[in-house]
Amino acid sequence: MSEDLLTTFTELLTSDFGVPADEVRADATFEALGLDSLDIVELTLALEDRTGVKLGDEDLEHVRTVQDAIDKVKERQA
Amino acid sequence: MSTETVRPVAIVSGATGAIGSATCRALAAAGNHVVVGYRSDEDAAMKLAAELGSSATAVRLDVTDEAEVESCVAQAQELGTIAVLVNNAGMTGDDLLLRLEPERFDATIATNLRGTYLLARAVMRPMLRARYGRIVNVSSIVALRGNAGQVAYAAAKAGINGLTRSLAREVARKGITVNAVAPGFVESAMTAALPEDARDALVASAPIGRAVLADEVAQAIAYLASPGAGATTGVVLPVDGGAAI
Repeated sequence: MSEDLLTTFTELLTSDFGVPADEVRADATFEALGLDSLDIVELTLALEDRTGVKLGDEDLEHVRTVQDAIDKVKERQA
Repeated sequence: MSTETVRPVAIVSGATGAIGSATCRALAAAGNHVVVGYRSDEDAAMKLAAELGSSATAVRLDVTDEAEVESCVAQAQELGTIAVLVNNAGMTGDDLLLRLEPERFDATIATNLRGTYLLARAVMRPMLRARYGRIVNVSSIVALRGNAGQVAYAAAKAGINGLTRSLAREVARKGITVNAVAPGFVESAMTAALPEDARDALVASAPIGRAVLADEVAQAIAYLASPGAGATTGVVLPVDGGAAI
């Protein structure tokens, strides 16, 4: 599941935000990938469209890395 | 996907007033499906929506009510893609400061400024999704010049100008523009309540020597709401007959 979600994040970050695919790793911070807080909101909207999982503002509060976001999605899916 | 589901939708708050109804007509003429947002004058809203035919839907929208704002935006999303928001709902709470009760001050801020914030926030996610949006806030010349007896209204409208510029910076790179128009004196039900000397002063301050027409404000709004206005953001555009010169 984590692998699938990492793939999903990689696809979204590449297609919607122009992040090179080889830079997207689970431990990469969104800041290092060049995303700011508004970008992260936009990313979650795209993620919702793709997976049906809705992340609220409170979910994003402590999300710093791609793995943090994957963990939040898994929490919501559980 | 049918064309019906992707048509641009424009939400107009305070749509039954002079500027609001002229704006609805202008936006419908430009190809938008218009959500005619009204608080209390349901008859006028229904009549306007009927006049615009398949290009409009009347929706109750009290901008001070967060749940109603969310509900209106949800209904608008059912109609198509929210491309335009015109924050036009406004009220005056005019009196000299010493006679201005806090409740009236708060109510004026709630409708003019907080309502603008609530609606902008509600449409932001759909606009971010689309990476496109046009938000036009209706400010006033009194936000720039001040006007005796309009402390609350001027403060609210000046707040709108600050909100406009700040939000414009926040979302500019997402294809969303945020602008305001600042009308001078427009004959309307709302300005009919102004003291006569205040009305006279506003008209006299305009080099064109007459009141601004609601349709002239609507045309400025329609431009800022158009796809072609993508490079104009954070602007407070006076539509005041030259009063700001």
